[in-house]
Amino acid sequence: MSETTQGSPARPSWRTRIAAALEARPHYLLLGLVAVIALFVMPLNVWVSLTVAGLAMGLILFVVSSGMTLIFGLMGVLNLAHGAFITVGAYIGASVFLMLAGWPALAAVSQALLIIPAALATLAAAALLGLVFERVFIKPVYDDHLRQILVTVGGAIIIAELIVVFWGAHEIPLPRPDVLRGAFVFGGVAFEKYRLFAVGVGLAVYWGMLAVIQYTRVGLLIRAGVENGEMVQALGYRIKLLFIAVFAAGTALGAFGGVLWGFYEELIHIEMGEHLLVDVIIVIIMGGLGSITGCFYSALVVGLLTNYMGFVAPTFSEFSSIVLMVLVLMWRPQGLIPVVKV
Amino acid sequence: MMHRLLSGDYPRSAVLSTLVVVIVLALAFAPFLFPGPLAYRTYSSICLFTMLVLSYDILLGYTRIISFAHAMFYGIGAYAMAIALRDIGPNWTAMAVGMTAGLTTALAVAFVIALFSLRVRAVFFALVTLAVAVGFMTLVSKLYTFTGGEDGIAFQVPFVLGPGYTFTESPVPGFDLVGFLGSGDLAGSVFDVRTSGALLVYYVLFVAAIGVFLALLRMMNSPFGRVCQAIRENEFRAEALGYRTVVFRTINVCISAMIAAFAGALAAVSLRYISPDAVLSFDLMVNILLMTVIGGMGTLYGAIVGTTLFVLAETYLQSLLALAHDASAPLPLLAAMLDPERWYLWLGVLFVLSVYFFPRGIVGQLRARARRRAHRRATTDAANPPQNPSETPG
Repeated sequence: MSETTQGSPARPSWRTRIAAALEARPHYLLLGLVAVIALFVMPLNVWVSLTVAGLAMGLILFVVSSGMTLIFGLMGVLNLAHGAFITVGAYIGASVFLMLAGWPALAAVSQALLIIPAALATLAAAALLGLVFERVFIKPVYDDHLRQILVTVGGAIIIAELIVVFWGAHEIPLPRPDVLRGAFVFGGVAFEKYRLFAVGVGLAVYWGMLAVIQYTRVGLLIRAGVENGEMVQALGYRIKLLFIAVFAAGTALGAFGGVLWGFYEELIHIEMGEHLLVDVIIVIIMGGLGSITGCFYSALVVGLLTNYMGFVAPTFSEFSSIVLMVLVLMWRPQGLIPVVKV
Repeated sequence: MMHRLLSGDYPRSAVLSTLVVVIVLALAFAPFLFPGPLAYRTYSSICLFTMLVLSYDILLGYTRIISFAHAMFYGIGAYAMAIALRDIGPNWTAMAVGMTAGLTTALAVAFVIALFSLRVRAVFFALVTLAVAVGFMTLVSKLYTFTGGEDGIAFQVPFVLGPGYTFTESPVPGFDLVGFLGSGDLAGSVFDVRTSGALLVYYVLFVAAIGVFLALLRMMNSPFGRVCQAIRENEFRAEALGYRTVVFRTINVCISAMIAAFAGALAAVSLRYISPDAVLSFDLMVNILLMTVIGGMGTLYGAIVGTTLFVLAETYLQSLLALAHDASAPLPLLAAMLDPERWYLWLGVLFVLSVYFFPRGIVGQLRARARRRAHRRATTDAANPPQNPSETPG
């Protein structure tokens, strides 16, 4: 657990060391705590498969939430239409995938490969949608939280209704490709293939984002913009362009997460984004608004907790993450990893 | 008299005064002017939503606290009343127990939420209330043995409040206003109004709505209300002047939650059936937000105007869309957008446009117009010294 990860050369008493560890790495502690407590209340093989399921759910949640938290961190815009973008993403991805899968010329191609063009199409379409949304809805109301919230709620209504106009109100089944279906058994524990796939994709997105933010010029500007947007502007960068780019990217990430979630549930429907938005909000509050790393760890915690509670006390599985959020907020009102450190 | 009743906070616009008077008069005689169960539901829900929107306005409009848990408090009141009436039986004790339980629960929940989320940034409160409200909703649908789950609860109210009871032997005559305006048939527009318990419940709602309106006008024009407005304008300065803003905001959240729960309890009595969709859903919350903003934040008068327009639009915009839908049949996509089921799409568009162009809502717009006109009259008429228009909140 995290107490041992934080060594100190001066060898202070274990009490101060625990306090220091709590202060420096609250996310490890929380993650460890949730996983270890769960280990005591269920058999080991159940725990392992629930952990994998929880990690998969957590990483999809991360992909979905990271866009929203990034947008908030950089621009201070609380985009409540993010849930609608998740739904749009799932619909676009599913339509492209089902269209390609039904095309006789592509029958020979493995269906799993078709996910790639579907995901790319989703990313492109959602980025475009985000661009338009930023120009039309957000741009007139920068620096006004109340009107941002109102406008994005209105935008969410409009997008949700337009989805019904274009795709209809019925649910669309979205079967996974054969390669990603089923599970393989290892040491008495069944691992679902799609969950492992989701874990891989999620980790790739996380590391990719960290790399962009850490090592590229755009990332440098984003970090600087989160810390002090005016100063970035004063140094001669057009921060408005950065805003547009980040908004488009954040929207695209949300939509991509929607596709992942659609394949996870093998079903897409109008309200999926709205349902997911609650978890997204819990994740970004708990992680610290604007923080990518915080978002990552709190997404994992929420994913794990939801899955463990689903086994222990199904009635409270959804409520448990809210209780956890309340507890975390009482402990650290700014979230696990406060804003400035992206 | 009028000054005391309205706490010195007048509509400050001739159009608005007329509008409010017309709405209040229409509601006062509604059962005798608009026959039929659909109309009964419409004017009952105007009264209920007015209370709900009024209590939301003191949060959003006067103190700039964005809460997404208002529908939850409404639901808490409604569920407490429903569960009490179901488990204790249809009598007055049950109603008293239900009302007390609803108000206390709402107060306790609001206090806890305020305690841990009002200390930090304003957007936090919005997000936390959103999460808690949705969590509460899933809890209600999961604990179905207690709450009835998705199916909701149907229950009986005391006999006097039910539709089966009548006060007078013979029905009272009513006059169908809409029917008369449509047909011009004076004698044919007279209809019978049964003085049933449902009628009594409606008047309870009406009196409660008026009472809540006047009480909140009083509250928001008191020193307490002034501090709330100061917090809205500049929290830092309010704090620097020595007001403990957290205390004021917490009190405000608690009062607002209790009024919402009160409205919810009355809603349960009026509807005699509740379900998560009807009293808890996120759609309801969005509707409250729409009504508050369209009417005009921070005015309280906006709640009356906004709610009435919204509820009427909900009923009649759909029939208007049906006409447009039939007319646009050759263009399938446009027709799909004009489908009466899609009225919410157009409401969303209207809402976004009104946030851009009329951020102060209908009431703010009317007051600004009245002010401009008064100003013009004052400047053109040299005999009168130009009078300084009083500051409008909102």
